[in-house]
Parts: sequence; C-alpha cells; structure tokens
Amino acid sequence: MINHRPHKIEYYSNYLYILPAFLFYIIFVLYPLSDTIITSFTEWSGIGEKKWVGLENYKKNLADKKITSSIKHSFILIIFYSFFPIIIGLGIAGIMVRVKVRGIAIYRAILFLPQILSMIVVGIAWRWIYAPKGPLNSGLDFFGLDDISRAWLGSFDYALPFVGLIGTWVMFGFTMILFIAGVQKIPSELYDAAKVDGAGAFAEFFNVTLPGLKGEIIVALVFTVTLALRNFDLIYITTGGGPGTSTMIPSMFIYKKAFQMNQVGSASSLGVMLTLLIFTLISLIIITLREKNET
Amino acid sequence: MKPSDREKIIAHSIFLLGCLIVLYPFFSILFLALSEPGTRVSGFTLPTGIYFDNFIKAWTGGGFSTGLFSSFIVVVGVVGITIFCSIPAAYAFEKLNLLGVSPLFAILLVGLVLPYESLIIPLYYSMRKFGLDSSYWALILPQIGLSIPFSIFWLRSSFKSIPVALSEAAMLEGAGKIVILVKILLPQMKPAILTLTVLLFMWTWNEFLLALIMIQDADMRTAPLALSYFAGNKRYGDPAITAAAAIWVALPVLIVYIFLQRRFISGMVTGVEK
Repeated sequence: MINHRPHKIEYYSNYLYILPAFLFYIIFVLYPLSDTIITSFTEWSGIGEKKWVGLENYKKNLADKKITSSIKHSFILIIFYSFFPIIIGLGIAGIMVRVKVRGIAIYRAILFLPQILSMIVVGIAWRWIYAPKGPLNSGLDFFGLDDISRAWLGSFDYALPFVGLIGTWVMFGFTMILFIAGVQKIPSELYDAAKVDGAGAFAEFFNVTLPGLKGEIIVALVFTVTLALRNFDLIYITTGGGPGTSTMIPSMFIYKKAFQMNQVGSASSLGVMLTLLIFTLISLIIITLREKNET
Repeated sequence: MKPSDREKIIAHSIFLLGCLIVLYPFFSILFLALSEPGTRVSGFTLPTGIYFDNFIKAWTGGGFSTGLFSSFIVVVGVVGITIFCSIPAAYAFEKLNLLGVSPLFAILLVGLVLPYESLIIPLYYSMRKFGLDSSYWALILPQIGLSIPFSIFWLRSSFKSIPVALSEAAMLEGAGKIVILVKILLPQMKPAILTLTVLLFMWTWNEFLLALIMIQDADMRTAPLALSYFAGNKRYGDPAITAAAAIWVALPVLIVYIFLQRRFISGMVTGVEK
C-alpha cells in the first residue's frame, strides 16, 4: 500500500484505474448474466414481448426426462474428465516421490499439449481414431478382434464413455504435471519421518503424499469439473449429442433451444441451472477439502 | 543395478508411455493428412510416402486463409485490450488505497468460473440490437469481459510479489503513481505478462461457442469455426482432407507453444500455486 494521507480527489481518482476493466466486466458479463436470469422466468421466442411465467421453465426442465438425463450424462463425464485423470496423476506422483528425472521439461511440454489445442481439433483427431475404418478398429482387426469393432461414436451404449475417454486424454497430462510438481515441494523430512515410523509405501502415500497435495487436488478438481460440465465444443464436433440423445449435455440443449428451437426462456433457465450446478460443485469441493486441512 | 537406477527407469518409462498416449492422436491425423489422396489408410500402418495434396485442398476448400486472418484480428483485439485494462486495475487493487477492494474482487472472482452458456443468449440479442453481430466486435468485446477476471487475478499476484521498498523509494523522490507503475513495476513483471499473453492468446484462438452463434458470414468465420463447418461438409467428406484442415488450425498455436513452452509451463505451475 502506498501510505500517505491522500487528498479526497486524489483518493477517488484511484478508482479510475479499475474503471475500464470494470466497464467491460459489467457490460459484457454482469449485465448479460442478470438478463439471462430475468429471461429464465419468462416465455420468449426471441421476438416480441417476454411473458412472465415464474418458475415454470425450471419445473418443466426438471420434469423433462431428456434434460435430467443430460445432467446425468454430465456427471458421468465428470468421472472421465475429473476422477480418472486425478487418480492417474496421483498414482504416478506417488511412484515418483523421490525420483529426480532428467529431461523432465520435454515430457512436461508434450504432456501439456492437449491443453493448448482447440477442442474442435482434438475432436476431429479422435473422430478419426474412433471412425468405422479408423485406427482403433484397424487395431482390433489386426489382433483378430473384429467382433468388437464398431462405429464407436454412433453407438447408443459406447458413445458417451468414448467421448469421456477423450476428456481423460485431454486432462491426464495436466494432472500428472501438477501433482509431480506438487510432490517435489513436500519437505523430504516428512518422508524420512514416515520411514522411521516404519510406514510402507501405502501408508506413506496416504499419510504424507495425499495431504501434501491438497492444494493441487483442489485446483485440479475445480478445473476439470468445470470443463466436464461445459464441454460444448467437444460434444458438438464429435457426436452433436447423438445418437438419439445418448450424449446430450445441458450446454448442447441450451444451444439447440435458444438458437434452433426458439425456446429462449427455457434455454435461459437451463443456463442458470448449469451455472448454479457449477458454482455448487466448486463450493463443495473447496469447502470440504479446506476444512479437512484445518483439523 | 542400483535401486535408484531402477527407480529412474520406471519413472522414464511412465513418462514415455504418457507422452506416447498424448502424441498418438496427433501422429495419427498427421499421417492421415500426409497420405496419398484417394488411398484408404487404415490408420494402423505407417504411410508409404508424403503427399501435401490434402493440405492444399483443405486450404483452398475451407477458406482457412480468411479463417486464420479473422482469428488473428480477434486475438489481437482481445489480448491487447484485456491486458491494457487489467494492468492498471490489478495495480490499483494491490498497491493503491481503495475502499471496498474485497467485495469488488469477490465480484470479479465470479467471472473466473462463469460459463459462456449463461451469457450467450443476451449477448447475441444485444449485439443484434446494436448491429454488431457478424462483426469482429461481437467476438472481441465479450471475450474481453470474460478474460478480465483471470487477468486481474493473475497480475495482482504478480504485483504482490514485487517488494514494497521499490515503489516507496520512488515515492520519496516524488514520482507519481503512473510513473511508478510504468517505469518501476512493469519492467519487473515481464515474465508474468508474457505468460498471460500466451494464455489469453490460446483461449481466444480456441474459443468456439461465441463464434458459432455470432458469425453468420462465411468470410468472417474464425479458424475453429471454419474447421467445424469444413468437417461437417459432405463435399469434403474425405477424412484425410479434414485431418489436414485440423492441422492448419492447430499450427499457429503449436508454433507459439513450441517457442514459448518452457516459460509458459513454469509460469503456469507457479501461477497455479498462487
């Protein structure tokens, strides 16, 4: 803090520094957000007057099986986007507790690669891998497993988990890098103390490594859960929500309802629900993990 | 073999396996794109020769020269204006006397996790009302708004790490707030600003939903949007040409990444810790 007693005008002029940024934020984020909330209580086709319907849109959403199952799909995707990469990352970090590896910078650069690319590019690459005559099926044929091969993204049973696996692929490098970097900052005395106590590899992992990575786990959870719940680009380019509605997610419904079916009020209410879901899950993650930290 | 050697071999094997899994899809579409047009590639064998025909077909058929140009304009606008507005704001939050810093900052933090899905509907109708839909501003302005929370958050922690003594010494010599910011603090923050620039560049380059909704004019599509239309176009149904198109769109980001990755990743890892 710059610490002298400023004149009043000089003091208020400090707010000019934040003004441009806040103008952008208010006009293009806070105002649209409030408008979405208001529209969510109305019936509106995009033209004409908005008709106030109270909570009707929300009730209809919760009664609509297609929409509730799209929320269920999102939770299944969280397993693939969040749970698997974090388990993989933690397992590997646990193995690498005391190994100093040379040339780690190159590994990091490669493992981080899926993070930087457009999900449209990623989706096109995987569409090819999963294609009827793509590498996955050719590989299965090669090993004489022709019976298993199929159009993976066209299958009602397999499309959702196979889109989920793309998410695991996008995320596991990120969690690996994050957790390995975190493990190296845990004081080695803690590991020495565990060894003196006669702790095995498992006890060492659960008593030292896991608590030491709490901060990184929160970051990874917040980051991956948010992506799993949004996820529009990847679904749009790989399956478009199909076959049927087997890979539909809420953001896909928001897009379709608002811009193809002219159910703007209903789409807005779904947008509010998605936002609330993201906020609730993130708050839960932060609150539960932080509290354990204090005890 | 010493136990430490064995540990190292295990570690290297894990890293190599991870890298192999990450790289496989990239090589898979690269081989596909470089394959001889008209031949059926199984995707499980190495290519017999290198052909660039697919890249040429994709470039001319998909309008990627205009796509890359549109993306470039949007990126420059978003990154430039966002950083220009965020630096003074982060400076004021961290170094100047402001009443109500915590509530203002809390309001900004909401924007860190807010999904585009909750904003796009009113944004679309407002942009139409002001005649800005199908103009680059329809993409630039909202993305500035949503980039500002992260940028301020990022820059504020960077200001925090600069010792107070530096600016106090300059104050005693009678330097004003703006002079202190520009002459003393900003030169210290070059690495943080560079990492932020790369991050904003990638997020803006890869943004898709906003472009899908706002841009109806084929000549103004951003690169990922042009790619999605191209991939859905039956006339170019050949997966090899689509693969080549995907590589065109990924190329600029890849080039930036290859040059800056070392700084960028260490900046990310230290940034996450803050």
